[in-house]
Amino acid sequence: MELFNLGIKSIFVENMIFAYFLGMCSFLAVSKKVSTAIGLGAAVIFVLTITVPLDWIIQEYVLKEGALAWMGPQFAETNLEFLSFILFIAVIASMVQLVEMIIEKISPALYGSLGIFLPLIAVNCAILGSSLFMVQRDYTFAEATVFGFSSGIGWLLAIVALAAIREKLKYSNVPDGLKGLGLTMLITGLMGLAFKSFIGLAV
Amino acid sequence: MSTETLEQTQEVAVKKKSEDFLSKRRKKILSDPLNDDNPITVQVLGICSALAVTVKMEPTLIMAIAVVFVIVFSNLIISLIRNLVPNRVRIIVQLAVIATLVTLVSEVLKAYNYEMFKVLGAFIGLIITNCIIMGRLEAFAMGNKPYDSILDGLGSGIGYAWIILAVAFFRELLGSGSVFGFEVWNSIGLSGMPNNGLMVDSIGAFVVLGLIIWVQRSLSGYVEN
Repeated sequence: MELFNLGIKSIFVENMIFAYFLGMCSFLAVSKKVSTAIGLGAAVIFVLTITVPLDWIIQEYVLKEGALAWMGPQFAETNLEFLSFILFIAVIASMVQLVEMIIEKISPALYGSLGIFLPLIAVNCAILGSSLFMVQRDYTFAEATVFGFSSGIGWLLAIVALAAIREKLKYSNVPDGLKGLGLTMLITGLMGLAFKSFIGLAV
Repeated sequence: MSTETLEQTQEVAVKKKSEDFLSKRRKKILSDPLNDDNPITVQVLGICSALAVTVKMEPTLIMAIAVVFVIVFSNLIISLIRNLVPNRVRIIVQLAVIATLVTLVSEVLKAYNYEMFKVLGAFIGLIITNCIIMGRLEAFAMGNKPYDSILDGLGSGIGYAWIILAVAFFRELLGSGSVFGFEVWNSIGLSGMPNNGLMVDSIGAFVVLGLIIWVQRSLSGYVEN
């Protein structure tokens, strides 16, 4: 039940985009069409669900203070936490590469539609951000997995909703300076306001 | 090894003759990203890790300095090794360089200003995925000489810094009634000025940035299709 609550919380209340601004670059750049937005969102969910638990394992058994105790008593006090950025980003970059190769092998059709977005995911702040939050908040392994998966869902929800709005906006008459990014930021603000109402959820 | 260094020194000697320290072209590299080609408002890069820290001026300033540092030095390093890196692994190499510099920043901050380190938290680490840095490495440092790359990094970094400082200025002024912790409204006799809670929230950041983009683009005449 707690895990379910955590999932709901990460999707709606602490949405990656509206509460933490993570993954904004691709959120703004790839939200012009609903179909591509769904593709990118699915890829983000996939990568997040794999990398967050993987980074949890690395954090727990390699980086944390005393985590290397399983190698022998002389390592009991080693603290490698300063290496976390490099290791996490390496895990993410190689996972993205791996996912790309696997998808290409198993489902060329899906690869064709996702292809260009997969490399983009490596520098999506939502992925690295989730891993760093997971460390900050001391999640267990199960919590980390649920957190990764539902953060991805929240991200997909946000980008698809924005893409749907922007498709309609194509036909509106907007002041020149506000066209594109300016208006998108204002809309994101309004969507964030709507998402704020989920704070009332008792989870 | 010795022939290589010889060649390099010869190259440097040729370079020195060719261009002034701050020629017209180099001034353009430095000044373009400040307004006409601003990384945030025109190129739409680096919004991710920027907005979350702009509630107050002070953490924003620290963040801006950290980003300028990382972008200048990563540009320099990548530009120095650009001919040694095989094209296929360049993304990993770039990420490794950036991650190392960010780790450096984070350790220094932890040592000298632990309070600020706690405020910024995960967002220092998120400089790694700041798209401006990757973008400049890909678009500029991979194909240009070290000194030009430093200028480009400096220009992009400052272009990024002034936008997030402007966002932070309005958010702190309207949201907390202060600038750098200095109580503005109280000191000019408007102590009844209410604070706008929305500005402290993430929504305020979106709206303020949207409006700043509108103003900046109207002034510079940039129109997105």
